[in-house]
Amino acid sequence: MLQFLIRRTFGAALILLLISAFTFFMFFAIPQDPALLACGKNCTPDALAIIHKNLGLDSPVPVQYWNFLVGIFAGRDFAVGHCAAPCFGVSFANNQNVWDTILDRFPLTLSLTVGSLLVFLVVGLGTGLLAAKYRGTWLDKTFSSASLVISSMQIYFLGPLVLLALVYSTGWLEKPKYVPFSEDLGGWFMGLLIPWVVMATIFTANYTRMSRSSMIEQLQEEHVKAARAKGMSANFVFFRYAWRGSLIPIVTILGIDLSSLLAGGMVTELTFGLAGLGRLALKSVTDKDLPMLMGVMLISAALIIVFNLIVDALYAVIDPRVRLS
Amino acid sequence: MTSPIELEGAETPSLVDKESAPQSDAKESKKLEGRSPGQLMWGRFKRDRTGVVSAVVVLFFFTIAAAAPLISKVYGKDPYTLYGQDRPELLDMFTMPAGPAGGMNGEFWFGIEPVLGRDVFTQLLYGMRTSMFTALAATVLMTVVGVLIGLAGGYFGGKTDYWLGRITDFFMALPNQLFFVAAMPVITTVFVAPDEETPTYVRTCAIIIVLSFLGWMSMARLIRAATLSLRDREFIEAARISGASPWRIIRKELLPNIVTPVLVQATLTLPSTILSIAFLSFVGVGYVEPTPDWGRMFAIGADIVEQDPYYMLFPGVAMVVFVVAFNLLGDSVRDAFDPKTGR
Repeated sequence: MLQFLIRRTFGAALILLLISAFTFFMFFAIPQDPALLACGKNCTPDALAIIHKNLGLDSPVPVQYWNFLVGIFAGRDFAVGHCAAPCFGVSFANNQNVWDTILDRFPLTLSLTVGSLLVFLVVGLGTGLLAAKYRGTWLDKTFSSASLVISSMQIYFLGPLVLLALVYSTGWLEKPKYVPFSEDLGGWFMGLLIPWVVMATIFTANYTRMSRSSMIEQLQEEHVKAARAKGMSANFVFFRYAWRGSLIPIVTILGIDLSSLLAGGMVTELTFGLAGLGRLALKSVTDKDLPMLMGVMLISAALIIVFNLIVDALYAVIDPRVRLS
Repeated sequence: MTSPIELEGAETPSLVDKESAPQSDAKESKKLEGRSPGQLMWGRFKRDRTGVVSAVVVLFFFTIAAAAPLISKVYGKDPYTLYGQDRPELLDMFTMPAGPAGGMNGEFWFGIEPVLGRDVFTQLLYGMRTSMFTALAATVLMTVVGVLIGLAGGYFGGKTDYWLGRITDFFMALPNQLFFVAAMPVITTVFVAPDEETPTYVRTCAIIIVLSFLGWMSMARLIRAATLSLRDREFIEAARISGASPWRIIRKELLPNIVTPVLVQATLTLPSTILSIAFLSFVGVGYVEPTPDWGRMFAIGADIVEQDPYYMLFPGVAMVVFVVAFNLLGDSVRDAFDPKTGR
């Protein structure tokens, strides 16, 4: 297990390194001078040169990349001041410390993604199980067709409709906003309820379908029939024998869906006017703000990798064969 | 199960398709003949009512998208003219469409866009056209790239396979939608000087390049697995012994055998590519004003949903119908090709 973890950590570090290199050199393929942005309207060549020096843009690209990497672990000094250890540089656009900005936005993105992850897992797996249990009845058919239609509504269509129905015309709920949950747990929950549910819809149907078909498959397995035949209660067999086995393919697609989850978060943030990492990434792209973009990319990639490690650990919990090998 | 001859004879005239030619031949000869996998698939597909209906819906969408210029000529409007600016009676004092239901009437069937006052019907037609044909090109490109890489890895094996596999893994590990967003401005600036306006065709090319650059991996994996299972079969070995070049083996022996998974995967990829393009346009890095685009209509609609909810109605409903039909079609195509996977 330890060996497995060490190998995975090395793999993760390598992926992060490659992603950072890829983004960095791709960015410098833009034939526009990034310092122009910081320089403003009345830009003289002298001012431009000073900004180049301040932002560390006067050295060759590989050297800049190396400085960037060193800065993450050791911190760097900029003209605007010292940037402490996890240093992702300062923004070209507004001289803000990138790491602080990301820390500021991160709780929202984390609340949003984890919340909607929970919603679609609970709803998707729940309806899938019910549909499998009452296979062929009206319940099964309703769930299957409803999930097909609802999942085809994109966040940017469903979101405004839900806002219209629950906020603008009836006033039952308030417009979604982010309140840190350490301050006000109820406000945090109510503020993010609509975004969670809307974001979860595009994923739910897939999980309903997977959970249904994999459950039906499991219920026909020999060991499940044997357990039932030796007199165990139907419910016990359903959950402890069949359900556990049916989770394996679901965990697999969960691992694949993680990166779409971040993109879904981006659309959700835009739709509901929330300011999280996704919106930050978009702004840094339009501003051509490399340090900010690099920071968001690396943090998102790291987030996906950490989630993936959790998913891999879930395999071991669900499937004893994985633990043994 | 009906007998093969009855089945082929009964249905052929009503359907126009490439497959109908060999089928009518089979009918004329009136002999029991073996049927090609393609004919078997077509027979199975025709009996799947959901599949046929969704195929008709999908075809309908593609037809109206292709015929958009024609339809807009007959309809007498285009998606660029600012009707609301020329005729002030169309928009009210808040620049929202005057009249009920977003300004829908006999003249503007789907209403008028708020603020600029363009025609929603033609905007939607042209928007679907932009999205669908960009997606079609991107899907073709990523299918070709995926098939080539998958075939090379599966057929040559060894070091080639190892490195192609690692590259595939790396691309799969990238947070790809974030990369779409990050890569779009880079690609456009490579083609266009920063102070110039980006022409639409450059944007189209950039979208196609970005999407296919980060979208070929699942196809490559699938094709690699299929090729691996075929590589050591007797007919390939026979071809190799008889002196066929690798290129010939790939072209004549392998490719015909992997057409099925390629087609199934491509029908699954196309709708998700359309949604990716809509995603790019929605977040503002894909198509921009004044190009009509499906995804961009949602960006406009989301802003003004409180004042004019009707604007988003038709683009939204059209997208739901299209995606549902395409998903059902994908399932049916897969079932038709591979009847073993029951749903």
